[in-house]
Amino acid sequence: MAENPSALHLSGPRISRREALQATAAAAALAALPPGSAAATNAPAAAAVTLTLTVNGRGHTLTVDPRQSVLDVLRETLDLTGTKKGCNQGACGACTVLVNGKRIVSCLTLASMYDGARIETIEGVEKDGALHPLQEAFVEHDGLQCGFCTPGQIMSGLGCIAEGHAGSPEEIQFWMSGNICRCGAYPGIVAAVADAAGRS
Amino acid sequence: MFPFTLEKPLSTEDAIAAAASGARFIAGGTTLVDLMREEVERPERLIDINSLPFGGIRIEGDDLVIGALARMAEVAADPNVQRLQPLIAESLIEGASPQLRNMASMGGNLLQRVRCPYFRMLDAGCNKRAPGSGCAAIDGLNSGHAILGTSDYCVATHPSDVAVALVALDATMRVRGPQGERSFPVEELFRLPGDTPHLEHTLLPGELIVEIRVPGGPHSRHARYLKVRDRASYEFALVSAAVALLVADGVIRQVRLAVGGVGTRPWRLRDCEAALVGKRPERRAFEEAAQLAIQGARPLHHNQFKVELLPRTVVRALELAGEVA
Repeated sequence: MAENPSALHLSGPRISRREALQATAAAAALAALPPGSAAATNAPAAAAVTLTLTVNGRGHTLTVDPRQSVLDVLRETLDLTGTKKGCNQGACGACTVLVNGKRIVSCLTLASMYDGARIETIEGVEKDGALHPLQEAFVEHDGLQCGFCTPGQIMSGLGCIAEGHAGSPEEIQFWMSGNICRCGAYPGIVAAVADAAGRS
Repeated sequence: MFPFTLEKPLSTEDAIAAAASGARFIAGGTTLVDLMREEVERPERLIDINSLPFGGIRIEGDDLVIGALARMAEVAADPNVQRLQPLIAESLIEGASPQLRNMASMGGNLLQRVRCPYFRMLDAGCNKRAPGSGCAAIDGLNSGHAILGTSDYCVATHPSDVAVALVALDATMRVRGPQGERSFPVEELFRLPGDTPHLEHTLLPGELIVEIRVPGGPHSRHARYLKVRDRASYEFALVSAAVALLVADGVIRQVRLAVGGVGTRPWRLRDCEAALVGKRPERRAFEEAAQLAIQGARPLHHNQFKVELLPRTVVRALELAGEVA
């Protein structure tokens, strides 16, 4: 169906909800800067660090504000919104990704300190349209309710298994304790990690 | 978060010079980035020290030498650490979530700021954050606060677990600054709050922690870290105890004992140690010695339970160490 150019003109250019949110957030961020602060004026020194990141096997060259976390770069610059922002304080684990093979909380990680890093996010876990065994196990064991913490749980679960700390339910509970699930889906999460560890 | 510049020094000397003129070091960032986001910390210049050559873990004679940039997870998983200094491995594993342990450096762990909620609450009085503004914790919610080493100006506990183990084990640290290098006991890194709680450690401007050295000995292999907290993992200590115990011919020959969660700095219990040497490793001796742990305790409204929990934790930690002795 052809679009009506006049209708398009009347309603303005179409933008996605994400673009609208980003525009709002950028305006808010600017407004939040204290007057006269370096970043609010010209701030060449405080601004713009250029770096390269390999995210899920794809290389990116990016220019970031030193204040941006890896989480913010993933979500807002690379549109990889599978990684969730929960507490933004390192306490909930929703933002867990693997950096150079290790699980970390991406919210407390300044992107500007990670030039050259290799990052894996939930978007890179599925391969060729097939879920990873840990993802399948989460489905089979009901390892989620609302699903908000699930990407972080899965990335942390991959780390937990790789580290060799998925030998018993008690061990999994301890080594997954950096990931909070407010729905309380813990029994399913522990069962899924145990199941996937057994398969791999 | 306030704006800042991030610099990557080309050499250790560059990093030290920058810090001596007011820049802040950043390694794992797990404390600093969090506090910057809360606007409790507002550094204008950060020096990323991760490229400096202070990582790694090695053995020198009987000593275990841990680079200041070694990560908590890396140290805890190291076979030499597990074999020679199990207390360090255990205290690290109890110390944070796996994600944070993969990020946080050993030097940064020792320099982490307090977890007192009023320290982070910008509209509350906190002599540590804003000298002279008062202490909201003294009459506030203080169940997690210290009973030892407190002052009328600050009652916050030091939050590190591995620092408690290092203090128990007589570890030393090497630092490098504008005037060169020096070494001193880890215990001497931490200051009591007194009337200057904003001064938390004894490092001079520009000084960088280079490495931590832990002397070995037969006691250090028979050691346990017991952490009592509101939930079973990923929580700060209400009370913790680090114990290394050497028993020979049915008698305690050597003992090292320090506690966390109760002091404004990691708290060595030398009187308890002295009371235990020469005794049989039995519950009665443990209980008598543990009572010495609460000498000088000044409990607050909500943390009086620590006066009873502290000796009980010490007794149980001694029993656990006795099982591996």
